[in-house]
Amino acid sequence: MGDHHGAVPAGALDVAGAGWAAVELGALAVVLLVWALHGAGRRWVRGRAPWPAARTALFAGGLLCVAAALVGPLARAAHGSFTAHMGAHLLLGMLGPLLLALGAPVTLALRALPVRRARALTRLLRTPPVRVLAHPAVAALLAGGGAWVLYTTALFPAMHASPWVHAAVHAHVLASGYLLAASLVGVDPDPHRAPVAVRAGVLVVYVAAHALLAKHLYAVPPPGVDARDAEVGAQLMAHGGDVVDLALAVLVALGWYRATAPRGRAARRRRTVAGRVPTCPTAAPLRASTPPRAAGPGARPT
Amino acid sequence: MTTAHDAGAPPARRSRRDGPADPGRRTVLAGVLLGAGAAASLVDLLVFHLALQWHHFYDRSTPAVSITSDALLHAAAWTASVWGVFLLLDVRRRGPVPWRRWTGAVLAGVGGFQLFDGVVDHKLLRLHQVRYDVTALWVYDAAWIGSAVLVLLAGLVVLRRTRPARTPGRRAG
Repeated sequence: MGDHHGAVPAGALDVAGAGWAAVELGALAVVLLVWALHGAGRRWVRGRAPWPAARTALFAGGLLCVAAALVGPLARAAHGSFTAHMGAHLLLGMLGPLLLALGAPVTLALRALPVRRARALTRLLRTPPVRVLAHPAVAALLAGGGAWVLYTTALFPAMHASPWVHAAVHAHVLASGYLLAASLVGVDPDPHRAPVAVRAGVLVVYVAAHALLAKHLYAVPPPGVDARDAEVGAQLMAHGGDVVDLALAVLVALGWYRATAPRGRAARRRRTVAGRVPTCPTAAPLRASTPPRAAGPGARPT
Repeated sequence: MTTAHDAGAPPARRSRRDGPADPGRRTVLAGVLLGAGAAASLVDLLVFHLALQWHHFYDRSTPAVSITSDALLHAAAWTASVWGVFLLLDVRRRGPVPWRRWTGAVLAGVGGFQLFDGVVDHKLLRLHQVRYDVTALWVYDAAWIGSAVLVLLAGLVVLRRTRPARTPGRRAG
């Protein structure tokens, strides 16, 4: 399959090889396909209102982050420079997934798919494996633990030696980052969303693990990375990660703030804009777009 | 289906939160969280790391236990600051905010954290020092811990003087 057989030292890479080109093209194709599906979903969406432009913008921003990390100059620079690699990783694993999750892709799918398909999707999302994966603690372990494994084992040089390992690692980074963002602050319907205290606690531990890994990399660079490059990359990881983590903390608290709004005039005013569905506490103001029928039995409020 | 309700905001919990929700204690909690969180994150970052450059990102001599606790502390600090702000907003939307009491709580939070940082982080865990390359480190430590105690005491005095009138039995929870 690949055109690399032995271990290639990082920095002396044959980035122009056929395998690498295939991975880059594949990533581009996936991004374009997702964007095309999103456009189709926006056209087919049911309900009184069109799909909110703000959500489209968030989702598009997320896709742009993913694309910038996988295709083009930053993605190519990431083969030789740890700092560029870390910049790409922040886009692919943290900022991109957060924006994608805030774009509410599952809600769009539920509104755009035929009702029977939408119900099947809801059933799928309620199956035990999905519930386990979508728990913030599991998602944080996959995302944070994955990063620890990547940078402290031979996986890092292996990733730069084989385009296919490279593709698998990046798929994991994106998927686990999405699961984490969606489980913490997602706006899609999530009937089993963890309580706010669990989400805030998981976020503290995840942020700590992230910062700790950054300090570790500052002192102990991954194999094949020179010390100065590792220092700059580690600080980018720490401070860039802090910015995204702060956004996550604000969004968790904001979700609590909206979900616990006191009853009264203000709350009544809000309720006329968006119905209350206790299964989706963080999405209070945008909830009107969730189709009540497609959510299936059991998701209905009291 | 009962499982649909045990996450997020179940109706039972919501009705309890919709009550008066002890604004006094929530104000103090908001102030302490914001004070301690801001002291741990903003003061340390802006003043000592960036402006004065007395502290460093990582001085490489730190034992693993210490940097682990430091990482947890900083993560908790950001979270505490954020929740301090949102709890204050929550008090505000439910009624008038007792601002003096909140100020006292902020001072107590700042002083309490600086004291903890000066004693536990700098001296016991030896995470990092206030300043490097100085002979009289104890002067810096004394200034740090002394100012922390003063701020903490000021906060506690304000909290004591702004204590609401006692209503026995109502705050049993």
